[in-house]
Amino acid sequence: MNMNKKMLFFALFALMLLLAACGGSGGNETGSTPADEETSDSGADGGEATGDAEGDDSEAAAEGSTLQAIKDRGKLVAGVKFDTRLFGLKNPQSGDVEGYDVDIMKLLAQHIFETDSADDVLELVQVNSKTRFELVDNGEIDLGAATATINAEREEIVDFTNVYFIAGQSLLVPEDSSITGIEDLTADTTVIAVKGSTSEKNIKEKAPDAKVDLYDDYAAAFTALRAGKGDTLTTDNAILLGMRETDPSFKLVGGLFTEEPYGIFLKDGDDEFREYVNEFLNGLKESGELDELYQKWFGEPAPENILYENEFLK
Amino acid sequence: MNNLDLYWGGFVTTLTTCVIALLLSFVLGFLIAIMRVSTVGWMRFISRWYVEFLRNTPLLVQVFIFYYALPTLEIDWLNFDGFQAGMLGLTFYTAAYIAENIRSGIQSVPSGQLEASRSSGLSYLQSMIFIILPQAFRIATPPLGNQFINLIKNSAVLAFFAGGDIMYVADSLQSSGAVFPVYITAGIFYLILTIPMSVFVNFLERKLAV
Repeated sequence: MNMNKKMLFFALFALMLLLAACGGSGGNETGSTPADEETSDSGADGGEATGDAEGDDSEAAAEGSTLQAIKDRGKLVAGVKFDTRLFGLKNPQSGDVEGYDVDIMKLLAQHIFETDSADDVLELVQVNSKTRFELVDNGEIDLGAATATINAEREEIVDFTNVYFIAGQSLLVPEDSSITGIEDLTADTTVIAVKGSTSEKNIKEKAPDAKVDLYDDYAAAFTALRAGKGDTLTTDNAILLGMRETDPSFKLVGGLFTEEPYGIFLKDGDDEFREYVNEFLNGLKESGELDELYQKWFGEPAPENILYENEFLK
Repeated sequence: MNNLDLYWGGFVTTLTTCVIALLLSFVLGFLIAIMRVSTVGWMRFISRWYVEFLRNTPLLVQVFIFYYALPTLEIDWLNFDGFQAGMLGLTFYTAAYIAENIRSGIQSVPSGQLEASRSSGLSYLQSMIFIILPQAFRIATPPLGNQFINLIKNSAVLAFFAGGDIMYVADSLQSSGAVFPVYITAGIFYLILTIPMSVFVNFLERKLAV
């Protein structure tokens, strides 16, 4: 018996060592990238960095460093989604990534390099809801436009530009559903949502009685809805509209019961670059290009108050 | 603590899934094994292909068929929830392995034993029940124990479709913060299930040893 206990202890101990080892090497791997980026950054602006730990104020103070680094590199590296209709979706036939987010990143690249085509000056990197902020934080992407809702918690990790799309949470139901709004979600209804999304938290607050089933991503969630595994699927209106586009036997109900402003996200504390992108967005609005984009993807002109400054900035 | 309640719910779901799937897969696996060693041609045919199909496709594919594909046939009773689909998938999948373990147990009993018991006046059924199967199970116990432990670990597939098991609870908790403790806790809950199972199988092995 004593022997068995000892064996158990050693087994658990070995397991913990293994886990610790895995965690450690993972950290080193991701750690190497920002370090590289750091050296090239400081090289670009005249060797200002004096061996400071990464991410402190000296970096934010460095004049035009991000923009200069992009120009030196010869291309803008932008994170977008590859799996989200209307915003960033990889076209399986052509292999191109298409959407509102992608078009804005193309225009930004053209603006930075003063070219008519973004083909050679823009690199798109696939991001998802779990990875997007980490990628911008460790410098693997310059910025990202990936259906990211601005909130106070995220504002701690990255910075957001002004709002470039006003999303709101809504409900997608089958055409013949009796659900007309959030008040119809009771203990007898099952709501489908995606793990880790803002909409998951919102629906649990707004419809506390309803059963909420969580799935890994929007594709799985929509498949579940189509297979009748729940009564309604909830997330941002724009994503739901994209789903309805693939299967018109569903409809949106209940209006918008939250307002979720999307922002382009970039490295925390990089005020210079944020201002640059904000000015670029204002330019798009004034020239009417933003309305054109809106019409192209969402079938209506942009709302008047778009590009308002997000409330979490200061 | 609230999170502990969630884990407890997940633990109960995993435990229930595993107990039901274990019993059902044992019964089904046993039947398939008997069919595989029978003298009837079509029984051997069916059981052989059952094992080939179920053992050579990923569990995840099988469970997705139960969860996502069957409902598209639009037959009401075929629309399983995550818990039922996971349990069915685990049952059918594990049964294929169990059948193979029992079959190899039966076949490793020397054929002279069956001949001897038949010539001492026992019927085929009696020979099987009293002579062959007891020996077969003794041989099959260690691999069967492995299958039962695998079944418990495989039950984590329920997390893919809101099955409400330990892994699903961990997945939904990790999105709101601390990732490391969340999965460590999930691992510990699985150990609470698998270690007693291991100990039980070891005990059985010792008890059945000649």
